[in-house]
Amino acid sequence: MSAALDARLGQPWRKPPLIKRAWLRWSLAVGAVIYLALAIASIEVNWSRVWEGLDRGAAFIMSFARPDFVSRWGDIWDGMLESVIMTVAASVVGILISIPIGLGAARNIAPLPVYVICRGIVAISRALQEVIVAILLVAIFGFGPLAGFLTLSFATIGFLSKLLAEDIESMDRVQAEAIRATGSSWMQWINYGVQPQVMPRLIGLSMYRLDINFRESAILGLVGAGGIGATLNTAFDRYEFDTAAAILLIIIGTVMALEYLSGIIRAKVQ
Amino acid sequence: MPIATSPSGQKVWQRRTRNQSMIRWAAWLVGTAIFLWCWGQISEATTWFFVWDAPAIAGDILERATPPRWSYMEKLWWPIWDTLNIATLGTIGALFLAVPVAFLAARNTTPSARFVRPIALLIIVATRSINSLIWALLLIAIIGPGVFAGVIAIAIRSIGFCAKLLYEAIEEIDRTQVEAVTATGASPLQVMAYGIVPQILPAFAGIAVFRWDINIRESTVLGLVGAGGIGLQLQASLNVLAWPQVSLILLVILFAVVVSEWVSAKVRGAII
Repeated sequence: MSAALDARLGQPWRKPPLIKRAWLRWSLAVGAVIYLALAIASIEVNWSRVWEGLDRGAAFIMSFARPDFVSRWGDIWDGMLESVIMTVAASVVGILISIPIGLGAARNIAPLPVYVICRGIVAISRALQEVIVAILLVAIFGFGPLAGFLTLSFATIGFLSKLLAEDIESMDRVQAEAIRATGSSWMQWINYGVQPQVMPRLIGLSMYRLDINFRESAILGLVGAGGIGATLNTAFDRYEFDTAAAILLIIIGTVMALEYLSGIIRAKVQ
Repeated sequence: MPIATSPSGQKVWQRRTRNQSMIRWAAWLVGTAIFLWCWGQISEATTWFFVWDAPAIAGDILERATPPRWSYMEKLWWPIWDTLNIATLGTIGALFLAVPVAFLAARNTTPSARFVRPIALLIIVATRSINSLIWALLLIAIIGPGVFAGVIAIAIRSIGFCAKLLYEAIEEIDRTQVEAVTATGASPLQVMAYGIVPQILPAFAGIAVFRWDINIRESTVLGLVGAGGIGLQLQASLNVLAWPQVSLILLVILFAVVVSEWVSAKVRGAII
C-alpha cells in the first residue's frame, strides 16, 4: 500500500479516460474520424448558391420582425382551423382506442395472446412515421382532413398505449388486489383498482400528445392531408416570407400556449 | 364521504357528491359537443364516395406494391448513406449548438436569470415546436435543395430537444461536488470541466444517442421536400406511381428505424 502511494507521490493527477481499454478507445476515435471525413466529403455544397441564398435568409429573419398576418388571413385562418379540428378529433379518437390497447399491452393484467397482439399493434404504429402513413392514407382516402385525422389517430395509439401499458405494469399490485378481494367484477377491478393509479399520468400524457398532434398536423398538409402545412408550403414556394413568418409565429405561439396549459393541468392532477 | 339515501331510507356509498357529478357531467357534455362539431367539419370536407371505395383501392395498391422490386435496391445504397449522414452530422451540429444554449438556460449556470435565460428558453421552444420538414422547406428556399439543407434542418430542429433535456440534467447536478472543486481554488472554467461536466456526461451521451435515433426517422422523410436522402427516391417513385419501388423503400425505412432504435437502446444501456 505505502509502496504504491510512494510511487504516486509527486506525480500530477491525470483524468482517467472514459473508455478503459486503450485499443477500443483508439479504434473508436479513428473510426469516428474516418466516418466523419467520408460523410463530410460526400456532401455536395454549392457554396455560390448558399452565398446567394444568404440574402434571402436575412430577408426571412427580418420578416419575423414584421410578419404579415393580414394579406392571406383567410387562408391562414382556414388552415389553422382545420389543423385544430384534426388535432382535437384525432386526439379524442386516438386516446379512446389506445386505452383498451394499453390495457391489453400490460403484461400484468392481460393474458399472453392479447398481450402479443396489442404489443404488435403498438410496434407497427410506432415504427411507421406520421408523414409516411399520411402519404399512404392520402393515396387511399383522397386529399383532405380525413387522411390527416386517421394518421394522427394511428400515431396517437402507438405513443399512448405504450406509455400507458408501461405505467400499468409498474403500478402497485396491492391496491388492485384489495379491490379483487372484495369480489369485484373485471370492469370494477379496472375501474377502482387500476384506473385511479394511472389516471394522473394518463391525463398528462394525453395533454402532451395533444401538443404533439398539433405540431404534426402542421406538416401533414405538405403531403395533402389537410391543415396549415399546405398554406405554409405555398407561402415558401412563392417566397412570401412575411406570410410564412406569420404562420410560424402562430404555430410557435399555439404550441407554447398548449405547453403552458398542459403544465397547469398536469400540476393539478398530480 | 358522499352518501346517497335510497328510497327505502338506507344509506348508500357514492363515489362523488351531487355537485361534483353535475360538474363532471357538464364537462363531458361540452367535450362531446366539441368533438362532434370537429367530426362534422372533417366529415363535411371529405368526399365520402372515395372513402367507401377505400378498401378496394387499398387492395389494389397492395396488389401493385407486391412483390417489392428488389433490383431497385442498387439505386438506394447512396441515398441510404446520405440519410445516415444527414442524421449523424445533424445530430453532431445540434449538440454543438445545444450545449451553450443549455448552460445559458439552466438556472444554476446561467449568467443572468432575468435577461439571458428567457432568450435561451425561447430558442428551445421555437426550434422544438417547428418540425424538421418545415425547417427543410425553409432552408431549401434559402440555400437550395440538397443534403446540406437536410443536415442544417435536422441540426436546428434538434437544438430545442437536446438543450431542454440537457439543461434539466444540469439543474439536477449535485451542488456539493461543484463546491468541493471550487474550494480547491479552481477557476470557473476548471469548475465547469471537473465539477459540472463529469456529472452531466452520461446524460449528455444518452441524449445524443436518443436524438440520433429520432433523427434517423426524420431524415428518411426529409427528401419529400427535396432535402436529400432516401425520401427523394420515395417522392420520385410516388410521383410515377411505381408502387413496387415504394414498397421496397418503405421496407428499407422500416428496417433502418428498427436498427437505429436497437443501436440506440444498446448504446444507452452500455452508458447508463
